[in-house]
Amino acid sequence: MLRFDNVGLRYGVGPEVLRDLSFAIAPQSFQFLTGPSGAGKTTMLKLMLLSLKPTRGAIHIFGEDAASLDKHQITALRRRIGVVFQDFRLLDHLTTYENVALPLRVMGRQETGYRAEVVELLRWVGLGDRMNTLPPVLSGGEKQRAAIARALIVRPELLLADEPTGNVDPSLARRLLRLFVELHKSGTAVVIATHDLSLMDQFGYARRLVVGDGQLRVFEGDPS
Amino acid sequence: MNETVQAIPADSHLKRDMPLVPPDSIAGRALVVVIAILTFLACLTAGGAVLVAEASQSWRGDVSRDVTIQIKPRAGENVDALVAAAAEVASRAPGVADAIAYSKAQSEGILAPWLGQGVDLGDLPIPRLIIVHMQSGHRDDLEPLRAALASAAPAANLDDHRVWLSRLDVMAGAIVAFAAALFALMIVAMGTAVGFATRGAMAGAREIVEVLHLVGAADSYIAGQFQGHFFRLGLRGAGIGGAAAALFFIVASLASAIARHTAAGAEIAALFGAFRLGLAGYAAIVLVAAAIAVLTSLLSRRIVFRQLALLL
Repeated sequence: MLRFDNVGLRYGVGPEVLRDLSFAIAPQSFQFLTGPSGAGKTTMLKLMLLSLKPTRGAIHIFGEDAASLDKHQITALRRRIGVVFQDFRLLDHLTTYENVALPLRVMGRQETGYRAEVVELLRWVGLGDRMNTLPPVLSGGEKQRAAIARALIVRPELLLADEPTGNVDPSLARRLLRLFVELHKSGTAVVIATHDLSLMDQFGYARRLVVGDGQLRVFEGDPS
Repeated sequence: MNETVQAIPADSHLKRDMPLVPPDSIAGRALVVVIAILTFLACLTAGGAVLVAEASQSWRGDVSRDVTIQIKPRAGENVDALVAAAAEVASRAPGVADAIAYSKAQSEGILAPWLGQGVDLGDLPIPRLIIVHMQSGHRDDLEPLRAALASAAPAANLDDHRVWLSRLDVMAGAIVAFAAALFALMIVAMGTAVGFATRGAMAGAREIVEVLHLVGAADSYIAGQFQGHFFRLGLRGAGIGGAAAALFFIVASLASAIARHTAAGAEIAALFGAFRLGLAGYAAIVLVAAAIAVLTSLLSRRIVFRQLALLL
């Protein structure tokens, strides 16, 4: 589904901030991307989302060489990826409903065609009574759930989540993580960037991609 | 996701029509004002050019149907007889509708505005005039008249006003060209303002553009959102400017009609007609306003595409 081969990244003429990254994300897999703050987790997610170009190496996504893709093809691939941003990135002038429906709206789908599924998903993440609320009025946890719902609405084949539990209390973090587990069980490959060790320990079966000093080490999960 | 599905909120309960580019911003309101002012000026320029062109056509139409026979008095000749003979010949020439000979007093009266009233012109050799109205379509067919005059009244000089008409054409053409240049400058100024506003709007909406990009929006979709946004702004500004220009011409037409009997009003009426723009003029204003709105949206689309090309 996603493969990095000797990928390196530098900004301008500076030193490489990421080097020799080689790993693969298999379909229907579940993994954490972890490492200390500033190690490059978000940068790696941007590379996976093709919003950054590597300075060397190759990225293959859904069987395509990312270097050979034009903008239309990248757009088409992004529609198969759900992304939860660390800072939510909800559009403040749109209601919660409109924010969650955004990926479907930009695909050109008719609002009447997706209204029921958006409403159902909003109720599933506990925002059924906040559909007409604007993001500035939502609590941190509600924003988080809205951002997750927006990523899930397209039933992505690959979900990238950047610190999705970083702004909520441990109890809500566990509940949110269960959303991802549910999604994983339904067939989506999930990559969650976090530096919360206790959270990862609750999901010992998950693979861990540990980034540090610009390099990556992969630890397979414990199936037991 | 398989929970019991509750009733879907009725259409009226779900807010879902908000444009992706926020409709109201300070920059947006400023752009509406700029577009309104430039549209107003552009419509005034276009309307003024139409008025001058129409007035020029009107002068041309009035004058070009007429030619003048001028007979200069010479010592020993009976000028009244020559005038009568020339008028008789002219009225029977092919293509002539009628020929009106001005009396001596009428010819002298024409000079009154320049020489003043009460001047005794009796001793001066004032040329006598015969105004010849040509039939429609015979304006350029003056040779038979010229030939008839040459034999019957050799002293008569036929003036077809060609020099004056060509000067009039040059003047009207110059005014229209000047108006076109002004119009083009205003469009360039507006394009520049729209360019700045679009870049400003994109900078202000950078977060929105990035999010749209990352949730799978194509460049054409994002550009379409900005195009729609700027079309609405352009339409509002151009509508206000166009309406103000139309109102200006309506008021000017009324004021001109009221002031028509004053000396200054008569001079203005002679130059610009009755300041009445006519249906074509108002249609031109609507067209200019619509074109400006469309131009605004197309320009913003182009700029957005350029900016998006810089994003991955």
